[in-house]
Amino acid sequence: MSMIHVSTTINGDEAEFLCDPRETLLDVLRDKLALTGAKEGCGTGDCGACSVTVDGRLVCSCLVLGAEAQGKSITTVEGIAEGESLHPLQEKFIEYAALQCGICTPGILVATKALLEKNPDPTETEVRYWLAGNLCRCTGYDKIIRAVMDTAADLRKAS
Amino acid sequence: MQYHSPASFEDAVGIAASADGTTRFLAGGTDVLVQLRADVFTPDVLIDVKNIEGVKDIVCEDGGWRIGAAVSGAEMSENAELARQWPGLVEAMDLIGSTQVQGRATLVGNLCNGSPAADSVPAMFAADVSANITGPNGERRVAVSEIPVGPGKTSLEKGEVITALHIPQRGDNAADAYLRFIPRTEMDIAVVGCAVNLRLDGDTISEARVSLGAVAPKVLLVDEAAQAIIGTSLDENALNALAAAASAACNPINDKRGTIKFRTHVAGVLARRAAKIAYDRVRASK
Repeated sequence: MSMIHVSTTINGDEAEFLCDPRETLLDVLRDKLALTGAKEGCGTGDCGACSVTVDGRLVCSCLVLGAEAQGKSITTVEGIAEGESLHPLQEKFIEYAALQCGICTPGILVATKALLEKNPDPTETEVRYWLAGNLCRCTGYDKIIRAVMDTAADLRKAS
Repeated sequence: MQYHSPASFEDAVGIAASADGTTRFLAGGTDVLVQLRADVFTPDVLIDVKNIEGVKDIVCEDGGWRIGAAVSGAEMSENAELARQWPGLVEAMDLIGSTQVQGRATLVGNLCNGSPAADSVPAMFAADVSANITGPNGERRVAVSEIPVGPGKTSLEKGEVITALHIPQRGDNAADAYLRFIPRTEMDIAVVGCAVNLRLDGDTISEARVSLGAVAPKVLLVDEAAQAIIGTSLDENALNALAAAASAACNPINDKRGTIKFRTHVAGVLARRAAKIAYDRVRASK
């Protein structure tokens, strides 16, 4: 099986890897680049636990091939905090206890960060629709939604 | 499986035509990669079309629109002028999957997957969208309504690929609408889908196209339903005739998502509602 050589940018850093044509971006991130923040939940694009952005666009990394990352800019949950200082969304998720088992959390953080960059003042309905593809089986979503709404309000005040 | 990412459709067709075994074209991957991962279908040759120039273009052309083969649902929704002219088509595409799926899924992929329940396909039938196809025997342009031939099956020949879709000129006094029935609010497959595209002359419908999804082995263009409302001002008699014609065209399956009786009834209900929305949109734009 011939491997494909891929050069890409991940969280602002250049990265290179060799991958099998069938390997997904999620497999590559977790198994080759030791970025285990993105999780495999369903593997079929339904649960959103593997959410990352590719050239700024929110996608499920389980439904992107590693080979497709060539020349792209990928952001994962590991790229959200700046060094030791957490992103406001991460702070707020802790404050609101907007997580329990934590499997869905990286995907939800990546997804909500993408939302707030596109729409700094979303309604609760918009947040819920935006996160329709991020399943959480613990929290019942309410704390997540409140944490996102509060973060959005804080960020608007700060800007 | 081999992975190719050619820089031209000519090369893509060459790879597909000379491939040993099965091939698939990859754009958004929201069907192809799900089938690959679930071991439902693994092609011998996978041809990624996203590195071909123009596949991400949404451009005005011949008074209408050219939508490249790899344009995602999110990119369509973000194009305000496209959404203003073709709200039904853009909303139909936007109904598919989650935000993450919208970041990848394409109109061409939804069409080529061949599902009778594909949301964007009835909207494309109603809008009279056509497809540019290139293959080993050259290029051809066909109406999208000629492409699905059954569940998972299309009229595309081996080595043929859709390079772009063409949405016709919108013209004056016209609008479209798409509705689907699902038992929840989001992230589901249509039990019934219905698209209506209208043009008015004053208050009278002068042109109409009505399409139904998920009620037959392939998406239907229902001429009898269109004829039921052409020449009317969408009064109660016209709506009743429309609903009856839509229901009469149904030949659905019975499954866990909907019975034959339910789907047949709902097709009429959605046709009425979609026609009213399209009609009101035309009037609101005046």
